[in-house]
Amino acid sequence: MSLQQEFELLRRVPFFCEIEPAKLKLLAFMSERVGYDAGKTLFRQRDRADAAYLIIEGEAEILVETPSGPVTIATLGAHEIVGEMAILCDVPRTATVRAKSRLVALRIGKDPFLRMVREFPNMAVSIMRELAHRLELTNNQLLTALTELRRLTEDDAEAKPPQASPVADKRPAVTPAA
Amino acid sequence: MKGAAAVAASVGGAPRPRLLTRLWPRHTPMPAEPQRLESRDLEPTIYRFILKHSLPQQLALLLLTFASFPFLYFSLSLPKTIINHAIRSDAPFPQPILGMDLDRVPYLMALCIGFLFLVLMNGAFKYYINTFKGQLGERMLRRFRYQLYERMLRFPLAYFERTSSAQIIPMITAECESLGGFIGDAFAIPAFQGGTLLTIVLFMFMQDPVLGGAAVALYPIQGYVIPRLQRKVNELGKRRVRTVREVADRVHESAAGFIEIHANDTVKLQLTDFAHLLGMIYDIRYEIYRRKFFVKFLNNFIAQLTPFFFYSIGGYLVIRGSLSFGALVAVLAAYKDMASPWKELLDFYQQKEDSRIKYEQIIEQFQPAGITSGQLMLEEPDSIPPLQGELAANSLSLAEDDRNLVVDAVTFSINLTDHVAIIGQSGSGKNELALLLARLTRPTAGRITIGGHNLADLPLAVIGRRIGYVGATPHLFAGSLRDNLLLALRHRPLRPAQYDEALERRRARQLDEARRSGNIDFDLRADWIDYDSAGAANAEELSRRIAEILIRLDFDDDVYNFGLRWRIDPAGNAELTRRLLHARHELARRLQADGITKLVESYDVDRYNTNASVAENLLFGTPIGPVFEFEALADNNYVLSVLDKVGLTGDLIEVGRQVAEMMTEMFADLAPDHEFFEQFSFISAEDLPAFAAILSTINSSGIGALRQEQRQKLLSLPFKLIAARHRLDVLDEAMQQRILNARHVFRRDLPNDAKGQIEFFDPERYNAAASLQDNILVGKIAYGEADAPERVPEILGEVIDTLSLRPAIVDIGLDYQVGSGGTRLSLAQRQRAAIARALLKRPDLLILNEATSALDGQLQHKVSEGLHEEMADRGLIWVLHRASLARNFDRVLVMSSGKLQEQGPFADLNHKDSLTALLIAAE
Repeated sequence: MSLQQEFELLRRVPFFCEIEPAKLKLLAFMSERVGYDAGKTLFRQRDRADAAYLIIEGEAEILVETPSGPVTIATLGAHEIVGEMAILCDVPRTATVRAKSRLVALRIGKDPFLRMVREFPNMAVSIMRELAHRLELTNNQLLTALTELRRLTEDDAEAKPPQASPVADKRPAVTPAA
Repeated sequence: MKGAAAVAASVGGAPRPRLLTRLWPRHTPMPAEPQRLESRDLEPTIYRFILKHSLPQQLALLLLTFASFPFLYFSLSLPKTIINHAIRSDAPFPQPILGMDLDRVPYLMALCIGFLFLVLMNGAFKYYINTFKGQLGERMLRRFRYQLYERMLRFPLAYFERTSSAQIIPMITAECESLGGFIGDAFAIPAFQGGTLLTIVLFMFMQDPVLGGAAVALYPIQGYVIPRLQRKVNELGKRRVRTVREVADRVHESAAGFIEIHANDTVKLQLTDFAHLLGMIYDIRYEIYRRKFFVKFLNNFIAQLTPFFFYSIGGYLVIRGSLSFGALVAVLAAYKDMASPWKELLDFYQQKEDSRIKYEQIIEQFQPAGITSGQLMLEEPDSIPPLQGELAANSLSLAEDDRNLVVDAVTFSINLTDHVAIIGQSGSGKNELALLLARLTRPTAGRITIGGHNLADLPLAVIGRRIGYVGATPHLFAGSLRDNLLLALRHRPLRPAQYDEALERRRARQLDEARRSGNIDFDLRADWIDYDSAGAANAEELSRRIAEILIRLDFDDDVYNFGLRWRIDPAGNAELTRRLLHARHELARRLQADGITKLVESYDVDRYNTNASVAENLLFGTPIGPVFEFEALADNNYVLSVLDKVGLTGDLIEVGRQVAEMMTEMFADLAPDHEFFEQFSFISAEDLPAFAAILSTINSSGIGALRQEQRQKLLSLPFKLIAARHRLDVLDEAMQQRILNARHVFRRDLPNDAKGQIEFFDPERYNAAASLQDNILVGKIAYGEADAPERVPEILGEVIDTLSLRPAIVDIGLDYQVGSGGTRLSLAQRQRAAIARALLKRPDLLILNEATSALDGQLQHKVSEGLHEEMADRGLIWVLHRASLARNFDRVLVMSSGKLQEQGPFADLNHKDSLTALLIAAE
């Protein structure tokens, strides 16, 4: 897997797709490729966030700590990105990510990424657009969920609570493909 | 030593020790080398200095000068004899020489040989006198500089807060340089030139008293006017020296405040300020020139005025017939000869004034108030018993600028085995109190006693060995970490160095020379390490002791890592290298056993290492010296020839082109000083335009159109590529295979004279040019393995521990060079190094002045615990940067506005409304 291929992968991620090619290449160049054996942890819940990961090959599972132990809430596969929200804002990791099989990922550091955003305003605009798009998506989901909730509470009292979609920062509409 | 005591008494300020001579009788530790440790006061004028230290030599010089006169005289008169008596035909022959009658030709030859002899003698005298003068001047200069430096070491601490070293440095170095030359001439020139002048004047008086009188008539005027004019020049000279010192100071300040100057854009102000200073120097210099050359002008004028008298008065006398024509001509000729010595004397006068001022201006700076007594500083007591009993401070005060009391009548007494915390806000006087307790500053009033001895009267030998002090920004000296630790044990030479006969003679000569210049005559190469005071019997025990202290201070891991990065010479460490090789095999075995060989890519001569750069892959070894430096490979002729041989040159240039294209594309829009360049780019911002030009040349006219240096520029790029890290398509497996071929050719054809420039990787041999870690790994930690950066050092550490290698590596880590001022260590490391240094001498009292301020909380806790244990039955006074840390101390002193506000056990003080509670709450 070469830099060129990593660049092609990045281009397909909605979060980055609007960034102009030369800059995206620079981002790929500044990122490092890391391999994890099955069972190794990429990062832990509540850790300080310092990077986003683009999965190149293998699978990663996302776990959330609950009082009864960690619960897997999702599994990610190749070409998916994880942790990208955390590199935009200073929030701790909201979930643990672990390699399910041998995993190779592109580690996009927070510092170089933010500096690039600052350097090239167009990049910021692309990302804003993507974020707005996601917000709209989430709004729609919320609306659906609320409607559903109202329907259930109105319909009958013995109805079980709806299956709320998990709100880990990794999950909501990360990739339409997921 | 008697003289030293007198000097100490005359220094003023410092009270003279009486009791101590009885308590700690002096002795000389190495009787073989008599010591002269007295320290002298500076002589008030340069002539006093010269007379005091070089009178016999000056007399010898005078004698030599006068002894040379007859030879000079004969060498001048002999040519006349040769012409008049040997060559001119009317001379009668044979002529007698030394009782022999000689014919014309032998006579001529004899005279000529005599002339040759005189020429030789003159030369020999000149040579000898000049060397003698030079030697004398240099010895005196050495003595003077030594005295200045010794005095600087006695300055009060406050002096260095007010004056930067930039002012002192030129005084000890450049400013006094010319004094040496002057000292050699101090008597010889006035005697010689004055004598010559006097002879000529006498001659003239003998020819005719009136004319003689006319010749010297203007001298009194000159003697009156010129010194007056000169005085003004001297004043200006003084001002110039002061201003130049200010320039040095300003340059030093600007270098130190570089960040502030740029962060606040105050460059223009700095430039203006500097230009203003330079302008002042210019004005002074210009004024000096005007006045100096006016003195010369006046002098020349007066010198020319004298012939006016000769022609007028002499001519009149000749016409009147009361003076012979011959006499007038003789007087005129003699007067011409006067000009040269007169000019020399005048120059000498100006040089003398110059030197006098320089001398006075230098020593004026070296007599600050409150200078320490030289005796206290250098005295070596017979034995130094431990300090014990009570430490008491009695109305201790310290005034700043003679007014503001920073420590105000502090009185307390503690047991020397107590652990005492001093807390307070910054500016409360707590730091000054610590300095007072370590006698690094002297109190303005009040006193400190330890076990009944007045601290002010104790020799430095007692204070510096029995009391430890560490401040917040401790200084490390350039050199190894070990040297810095052992500094606390090197007080005086204890065991003489062993010399062979030739070296012994050289040493004796150096010793003699040092004594002639009044320098200290200790041997730098003797063993100075005081094992006793560290509680060790020998070097081995001392190493163990150091290791113990490092662990106490949680500093051993840092030093271990220094050790891993350091290199050793296998020649002197056969056993260790054997064990390191063993560790190498053990590590390989461990990686194999754990199934994680992919974390380290080993060097294999037949495989391309994807985690190493192209340069490393090509050389397959560690460069020794600059020839095969990785950065310079593209300029190395042998490397180029190898690439040509395997037909790789063109392809590597093509790789370089692609890299350059990528870099210019990616980095084009970035500001030139952007940190990405530094961190990520192969091409520096300055080089980017050059590469862009190269690329456009290639695009328009092809790669063949490039100039040789452009090709080399491109060629330098691929050498930096690391396949696994940079993930570029251009470095595919086929290319890797071809580089591998080049590696084999490189090794096979390496010329003999280049063999010493590189040490090849060899799985079975220790590589002296590589670090310990590289020697154990013999490979590269893999990029792209998330585990590798943590796991590999972990396994490495485990292997090292299984083989009990850690102490040896920590020991090597002590050889790590800390850099100038210790800059290669972090402040937290410097602080722990300084504490380790203080602990090593096992002080009876350790004073820490916010000495752990740079440590993080956890480390702070560990170090503090370690220190309490280490100093368990000895005294510890710790000025804390955080009040809450006072919890673990026997007693707490709370300072506020210079006063001791509260004291007692922590539990008693930590109640509502106490200052202690307030300080803790404020954190």
